[in-house]
Amino acid sequence: MSFPRGSSHDLTMASTDEFDVTIPSDTAKGREVQEQIVGGMEQRGFSPRDVFGVRLALEEALVNAIKHGNRMDPDKVVRVQWQLDAEHVRVVIEDQGTGFDVSDVPDPTDDENLDKPGGRGIMLMRSFMSEVAYNELGNCLTLVKRVNDDDDD
Amino acid sequence: MSAGHRRLDIEEVGDVTIAKFVDKKILDEGNIQIIGNQLFSLVEEDGRSKIVLDFSNVEYLSSAALGKLITMDKKVKAAKGKMRLCSVRPDIYEVFAITKLNKLFDMQEDQEQALKGM
Repeated sequence: MSFPRGSSHDLTMASTDEFDVTIPSDTAKGREVQEQIVGGMEQRGFSPRDVFGVRLALEEALVNAIKHGNRMDPDKVVRVQWQLDAEHVRVVIEDQGTGFDVSDVPDPTDDENLDKPGGRGIMLMRSFMSEVAYNELGNCLTLVKRVNDDDDD
Repeated sequence: MSAGHRRLDIEEVGDVTIAKFVDKKILDEGNIQIIGNQLFSLVEEDGRSKIVLDFSNVEYLSSAALGKLITMDKKVKAAKGKMRLCSVRPDIYEVFAITKLNKLFDMQEDQEQALKGM
């Protein structure tokens, strides 16, 4: 993993920390970044509920980028950029895959899909985050969580 | 699977098997694979058909873990058995509710409730 380039190591509540990390297509590395992000949230005093939701969304997003985006290709990387302050966390996850059309993902809660094992990750992200947006190609995902924003589901 | 990798605590109550997840986080791909295989072997190798899955230790689980539970539910139903989930903490219950899996699975408050009428 590359060293995170933090714009600020000062954890005063007013400051915004920015990080830019590039990881190989390895879910263990993805989890390290996940820990770094939620660790920062905990230090900032985000509620356990917010931390739970963001951790879950990051797990889904990073696994998607590594497995479905880069297809575990060791020559491909995932770039994770995030901004964190006392009010919000914004995470941008970009893989080197060919992307996908998010509207092609079937609704896992339809009766016909309810007993199918896949397809729930994006739904969980949408439910737990304040904002979830893919770029047009579908290989870059932006996740935003605002503090105690519970009207997101 | 070696004992060192056991991810489920197994207890028998009458003809019901209670399988309690050992892990707090059911996230890691490899871990989920192992848990899935240990669950499936309860039905496929041990021939157990009445199964209660106890989630009291579980603090996090991902959609990949939900996939294994769905497959497990299918296997139990195919064996004409019954599977129930119990002791799911509120955060985790929300994950089931969002994905509407609380309608697919028989979810009970605790072991005692889950064992009733098995």
